[in-house]
Amino acid sequence: MTSLQQVCAKARAQWDKLQDSEVPVFFVGAATCGRAAGATEVLQALRGHIEQNKLDVLVVEVGCLGPCSFEPLVIVHKSGSPRVCYGNVGPDQVIRILENHVLGDDPCAQWALGKMTPGQRFGPDPRFRGGDVIPAEAGITVEGLDGIDDFAAHPMMRRQVRNILRNCGLIDPENVHHYLARDGYLGFLKALELGPDGVLKEVKAAGLRGRGGAGFPTWRKWQFCRDAPGPTKYLICNADEGDPGAFMNRSLIEGDPHAVLEGMLIAAFTLGASQGYIYCRAEYPLALQRLDVAIGQMRELGLLGENIQGSGFSFDLAIKKGAGAFVCGEETALIASIEGRRGMPQPRPPFPAVSGLLGKPTVIQNVETLGNLPLILRNGAEWYTQYGSESSKGTKTFALAGKIQRTGLVEVPLGIKLKDIICEIGGGVPGGKALKAVQTGGPSGGCIPAEKMDLPVDYETLTQAGSIMGSGGMIVLDEDSCMVDIARYFLSFTQAESCGKCAPCRVGTRAMLNILERIAAGEGQMADLEKLESIARTVKDGSLCGLGQTAPNPVLTTLRYFRNEYEDHIQKRRCPAFVCSAMVSYHIDCDRCSGCGACARVCPVTAISGQKKKPHVIDQEICIRCGMCLSTCPPRYAAVYRRSGELTRYEQRKEGKRETT
Amino acid sequence: MARSGKKGLPGIADILAKHPASRGSLIPILQDIQERIGYLSQEAVAELEQRMGISANEIFGVATFYTQFRFTPPGRHTILSCQGTACHVRGGRQILNELEQRLGVAAGQTTADGQFDLERVACLGCCALAPVVAVDGKVHVQMTAKKVPSIISQYAEEGKARK
Repeated sequence: MTSLQQVCAKARAQWDKLQDSEVPVFFVGAATCGRAAGATEVLQALRGHIEQNKLDVLVVEVGCLGPCSFEPLVIVHKSGSPRVCYGNVGPDQVIRILENHVLGDDPCAQWALGKMTPGQRFGPDPRFRGGDVIPAEAGITVEGLDGIDDFAAHPMMRRQVRNILRNCGLIDPENVHHYLARDGYLGFLKALELGPDGVLKEVKAAGLRGRGGAGFPTWRKWQFCRDAPGPTKYLICNADEGDPGAFMNRSLIEGDPHAVLEGMLIAAFTLGASQGYIYCRAEYPLALQRLDVAIGQMRELGLLGENIQGSGFSFDLAIKKGAGAFVCGEETALIASIEGRRGMPQPRPPFPAVSGLLGKPTVIQNVETLGNLPLILRNGAEWYTQYGSESSKGTKTFALAGKIQRTGLVEVPLGIKLKDIICEIGGGVPGGKALKAVQTGGPSGGCIPAEKMDLPVDYETLTQAGSIMGSGGMIVLDEDSCMVDIARYFLSFTQAESCGKCAPCRVGTRAMLNILERIAAGEGQMADLEKLESIARTVKDGSLCGLGQTAPNPVLTTLRYFRNEYEDHIQKRRCPAFVCSAMVSYHIDCDRCSGCGACARVCPVTAISGQKKKPHVIDQEICIRCGMCLSTCPPRYAAVYRRSGELTRYEQRKEGKRETT
Repeated sequence: MARSGKKGLPGIADILAKHPASRGSLIPILQDIQERIGYLSQEAVAELEQRMGISANEIFGVATFYTQFRFTPPGRHTILSCQGTACHVRGGRQILNELEQRLGVAAGQTTADGQFDLERVACLGCCALAPVVAVDGKVHVQMTAKKVPSIISQYAEEGKARK
């Protein structure tokens, strides 16, 4: 028995004890998202109450379980009862859960999202361990607490397969024993057993493709690097999650950092790399802290350094903090940044796998790709390929945000239909509004219209639809989202982030943005649309790196699927979604206005005037179209309305009537 | 504010000692300096030029490439207004407009009294709770334009109380 195995055995005993704990345990989700929602206050209240009343209750900080819209999330373990996951828990609720459920016998069903398995004791199924979120199809029901449904049957959880995220929200990310107890580093030990060639074979059989967006087969990248001459090789983990609207990598690192680091060990061992870097954005302080703690633990356990576990394999790791440049997500730019230069991309070939960091063969992998490796090694390629579609194997995490009922981080098998993610897991668009499109792949991706929701989510299908899989951000757009504005938004982002090295990207994105701004300002012409398409093609074909090559995608997909909206903006000077403020005007219906003055008080530019109890008027010259008056006007009057394009004749008459009075 | 800049820049030697003496350490060193004195002052860069043997020109060339680095002293509080996609579709722009109006500065500027820095950021990764604004690292979620004045006054008063 090696020392690591001894530690594992001890860790398992420790974990089992926690799972079967006689003492009640509160698992509080305290990742960045949970803290933003108020988990810090919940922890403070809970700890304060426990201390004050000298209660025997354990509190464990865990990462994010995924259903962010229900945050702060708390899972409560009480001996002899199923665990219960509570959502939207505030400081008051957590005390009441403690008093009523843990110390009393009212399980506080009104705040429960669902019940989970009670630690170890839930039956003979060997596939699951204490604390796992059991998928619904396993057909295991949780006994007890009849008033609360199974968490696994919750609409947000039902369709999910939590492999990569299996530890997130369940273990203490700063306690390596929790990770070890749940088969941590077994994948790496298996890799040592198989040898580098064996690992490569396994990863190839698993069909793993890069999760950063492009979907390049991982084994092939590794093969290039291994075939490149020279003894020095580097491995870089790309955690520069710069796509606005994406937080998959942040959640995984914050919730289960060792999963990523074990993946790095496996990759480095296969490549023969002796030095690795993690390039993580500075905007993720908690993720950086978790990585730092985890790397220290690896050192203590002899998982980093010389001759790891007596295998003859030596490897060390360092964290590099990004300094805020989106283009550094691009491989060659990222390398330039690590080398201490401006993060500007290089022409490829030579590819980094042949000549990368300091001119040495370098493999760069996304966080989630690395997170897949321990699973593949531990469970085998055959197990891995049971999930996914023909060309896209395994599961993928997606960050759901935008106009969607249940936002959060989800993991599903690839090949699942888009509508299953959006409508079933995410619960569709809130407020009875109509779904318009789903934006995938961030600034490099595109908008997939509502009528294409039957598309399976895999690399090829999304590319054919004009978008890309990307790293996993999904932003849902409803009828209140203007597609011209979305295109302009992404273009302004890529234009600002363009490093300026190559002309197609530097000049092209600026030219496209100018046209889009013109259209949004109500000054577009029909010829602009063709011009846009032609510039977009040039930028796509002529740019040096992925940022430029994909920057036109949001424009091209919106033109392809929502051309009528562009035409409305140009021909009718109308923004159907009331977003492009230059084409929107706010008015007060003089027959409905009671003169309460609420709108005048909130107007930031005092554009509204009128005598007390007399109909008020908005001065269109002064109005900045912020919409504060519309949201402030009491619903019983509902006198403020907005228009885009020409007013109806009736409305024109009313406007005229007022001006004469 | 020039206090920290003028006097022999305490701690640059310590910061340099913490990092390996290679070009690859330039960005981490700049990050550490900014963490210590709040910005990259002319003096700090001049000292780096001497100690690292990289021209000030080159250092500024690298630093200006990255949005993290600033070259003027920061305000007392830093307000980050997230303009990520999820925040954008949920009205992030209106919130930034309101912040600009109320503070009387444009994004990227510091208020005249040195109280607030207003910055726009691409994404804070709290998309599920959009739109968000972060003040001194504390994230305020599901923001509306109406909540803006109370958040500003909350921090403005804190500043006064400390005086």
